[in-house]
Order: sequence, then C-alpha cells, then structure tokens
Amino acid sequence: MTLPLILFFACAAIAVIGALLVIFLREPIHSALALILVMVSLAVLYLLLGAEFIAAVQIIVYAGAIMVLFIIVIMLLNAGEEERTNLSKMARYAGLPLGIFLTLDLVYWLSHAALAAPAATGAVSTESADPTRDLAFLLFRSYLFPFEITSIVILIALLGALVLAKKDS
Amino acid sequence: MEFVAQHPILVVSIVKIVVLLFVLMTALAYLTWFERKVVARIQSRLGPLYVGAHGLLQPLADGLKFLFKEDLTPPASDKFVYILAPFLALSLALTTLALIPFGPATLTILGQPTNLGITNSSIGLLFVFAITSIGVYGVALAGWSSNSKYPLLGGLRASAQMVSYEVSLTLSVVGVVLLAGTLNLNDLIYAQSGRWFHFIPRWNVIPQIVGFICYFISAIAETNRVPFDLPEAETELVAGFHTEYSSFKFAMFFMAEYANMITVSCLATILFLGGWLSPLSSAWRWPLYLPGALLLIGGVALVYDTAILQRGIARIQLAVISVGALVLGAICFIPSVMPVVQGPFWFLLKVVFLLFFYVWTRGTLPRFRYDQLMDFGWKFLLPVALANLVVTSFVVLVLNR
Repeated sequence: MTLPLILFFACAAIAVIGALLVIFLREPIHSALALILVMVSLAVLYLLLGAEFIAAVQIIVYAGAIMVLFIIVIMLLNAGEEERTNLSKMARYAGLPLGIFLTLDLVYWLSHAALAAPAATGAVSTESADPTRDLAFLLFRSYLFPFEITSIVILIALLGALVLAKKDS
Repeated sequence: MEFVAQHPILVVSIVKIVVLLFVLMTALAYLTWFERKVVARIQSRLGPLYVGAHGLLQPLADGLKFLFKEDLTPPASDKFVYILAPFLALSLALTTLALIPFGPATLTILGQPTNLGITNSSIGLLFVFAITSIGVYGVALAGWSSNSKYPLLGGLRASAQMVSYEVSLTLSVVGVVLLAGTLNLNDLIYAQSGRWFHFIPRWNVIPQIVGFICYFISAIAETNRVPFDLPEAETELVAGFHTEYSSFKFAMFFMAEYANMITVSCLATILFLGGWLSPLSSAWRWPLYLPGALLLIGGVALVYDTAILQRGIARIQLAVISVGALVLGAICFIPSVMPVVQGPFWFLLKVVFLLFFYVWTRGTLPRFRYDQLMDFGWKFLLPVALANLVVTSFVVLVLNR
C-alpha cells in the first residue's frame, strides 16, 4: 500500500458515503453539508491525479460558490425536515424499472471499461512541467470558441434570472 | 517505522506543522494584546496593564478564562452543526497558513531539503483562495444552527458580505498574477526581485497600487473587521453569528478571526510587498546584522525596564523575556544562522506593519451601514478591480510584444 493509494481509498470511501448521506439525511442543511463533503473529497481525488488546477477550481466553484448559495437559500427558507411519501404511480411503474435498468447498464459498462482503462490513460497522460499552463493553452487556443460560447450561455442565464427577479417591481 | 523511513518528507512536514502551529497560537494570543494596546493608545488609554508587565500575561489569563467558562449549548439548536461550525472556522483559517512561504532559505533536515513553509504548491495562490472560499461555512452554519434570531441575521449578513467581497478580493490579485505569470507563491516573490533606477525595489505595490488598495479593503471586509464588521454589529445584532456561543467554542471563532487577519496580511506581503525580499540593497553588508542588532537593542531596553520600572512578578517575567531576546539576538549573529533569518525577518516586519494598519483602521473608522457596505462592494470596488485587471492585461500584452 503506497500513500497515494491509501489516500485514494479513503477519499473514495468518503465520497461514496457522503453521496449516500445526501440522499438519506432528512434535514436539508445536513444533506447540503454531505454534498460539500463529496465535493471536497472529489477535489482530493483530482489532486491525486495530478490535476491541481481542477482540484482548486472544484473547491472554489462548487464548494465555495454554488454550495454557499444552497446553504443561504436553505437558511432563508428555513426548510424543515423533509417528508416521506409512498411511491407515486409514476415512480412505481416508470421510475423504478428505469432506475434499475440504468444501474445495470452502468455496472455493465464500468466492468468492461475497467479492463481497458490502463492502456487508455497511459496514452493520454503526458508529463508536463506546468499542467495549469497546458490547460490555459487548451482553453484559450484550441477550444476558444466553445469556451466563449459557454460564457455567453451563462451570461444569458444571468440576464434571464435578473428579468425574472425584477418582474414584480 | 519502516513506513516513516520510506517517507522522510512526512516526518519533516509533521515537525514543521507542529512548530508553525505553536508559533501561530502564540502569535494569535499576542495579536489580541497588540490590538488592545494600539487601540488604547489611539484612544488615549493605557490598555491591558495589570496582568504581568505591560499586561503581557493578559492573553494567557483570557485563554484560561475561556477554558473554564460554562460551555452552553442552546436546547433548540442543531447539535451537530452547532459544534461543527467553530471547528470549521478555525481549522480552515489555520489551513491557509500551510501554504505561506516564510523565507527563501533551504534547510536540510533529516537529509531532506525543506523550505521555510509547509508546502510549495505550483498553484499555491489558488489554493489559498479555495480555502478562504469555504471559510464562509463556519460563520453561516454558526448563525443557522444556533436557532435564534440574532445569530441567523448575523450569519446571513456575514455570508452575503463574504461572498460579495470575495469577488473583488480575487480580481484585485489577478493583476499580480498576470505580471508574474505564475500561481506559485515562491515564484510570485522571486518575480518582484530587482530594482528600478537601482534603488526602488520592484515590488508590486508600485505598478499595482490600485490592486493593492482594492485587495486590502476587500480583505478587511472578508475578515469581518471594523469598518466592515456588520455581521457582529453589537448595536443591532448583540454579537451576530456567535451570540449563542460561549466558552472555548467562542474562543475558536475569535482565534479564527485573528488567524484570518494574519493570513490576509501574509498574502498581501507576498503579493504586493515583495514577501521576504529585503528593501535594502544586497550590495551592502550591514543589513545582514540588522535582525540580531534589533533584538539585542530590544533586549537591552527590556533589561533597563526590568531593573528600573517593574516590581514583583512582572519583574521576573520581564527578566525572562529580555534574556530570551538577548539570546535570540546573539544567535542571529552566528554566521551559519545569519542568512537563514534574513527572509523571515523582513517577512515578519512587513506582516506586523500590515497588522498595525489593520488595527489603525479599526481605531479610526466608524462602522458602515449595511446598504452602504453592499453598494461600496458591488458598485465601486468591483468595477475598480475589473478596470485594474483590464489595464494591467493590456499593458502586459503591449510590453510582451
């Protein structure tokens, strides 16, 4: 057992447990906290892969910005414990079979992909002095157009939110 | 044991963490003393005076008092989150300091070359911002979990304020990153070495003066200090998010606030004031003796104070401190130690100057109103930081042609 391997298993376990807690905890704030736990442990997994920039951005964007918004909304709404209901007709006859089918699908493809994985990653990983610089080149040279399009989409969403919020006054 | 032998870097890191934690906790305690003394002087008072010489044992007394107070938990609170919040606040505040480099010198400990800082990450700056960005949770969760009106309002205010000012805090720093072309804190300092016209140090404060001012104002707001301490405005919110906290949990919030002050000052030193670089010319030899000489002068002054002014316990305590200062000063003159202490000496000097500036602001300015605070952040600070970023990137582009 090397140190990165121990760290990997610890963080993977924390991520899985956190994801389960998000679903099973009944207090909304506790679920949100569990989700933050998942995000942070994912960031550690990125770190172990050598993707420092992605790890930092993961924490800044997801844990530091989006989840703060979630928490503030939950605090403002003062949402109580969630209520449990029995399965609705829709969930029982359409949702449940679809869920089971998709899970089996995922298990099938993952078990086959795992065998092919080492060769694939070996081809992709290139040792570079500064991965952040490489990422910047990719974003601002090779994929500049999709990158800018994404920013415009986000801007439009922002304007849409503003229009909706201003409606009453 | 075999595991430890295979990973000497782990052992060295743990030793460094323990040392830094010890130094930091002492520094936190004495920062409160420093603040009370300076504010007292600004307001023509004397400040802490009776506990030890010059009130130097006051932080110790405060710490003991915190420990022995009754630890109340409001019955309607969310127990788990209520306990988690102060832990989050303090541990995140302390984690950031792991990324700060305190000096350039490379020591060899256990055959392992180590620098004067716990880590040296290639994207150190981003990690500092990543950790400060999740620092909001401590305050927000404390406000929510207390299940009480004032803490909730304080927590909401604090999180809104911290999220707002984080934007201009981050943007004001991007100019520096553009000039240096790196996110590594060590390289950011090295990029500031050299001089203009052979005597003005090439520190980022001069080309990035707008960025520096934006950074410092946002940093004061980010750490919830006067004049931006709306989250704990005692005239409106009792004590804000930590109203329901008592005993050591309250002390943890208190320590987190001061640790954040230190972190922010360290970062300002690294980004804008040239970090550990000396402002004096490296051609001269006498600045090398400066740290030792200053400690010796301080020690002699303390000896005089001990002999003439102090009585009783205070005399014994001050005698110990002055002997310590004299011994440290003498150690700084040992040829092998001299180059090692240069970096930390200048670094700490700049940090103390910035901390003084913090306290000075607190002693001078009144508190903002909440709408003024938000207007100032979004309508003034953010556009200025953005304009600074645009101008800087334009200049960098033209100069690199």
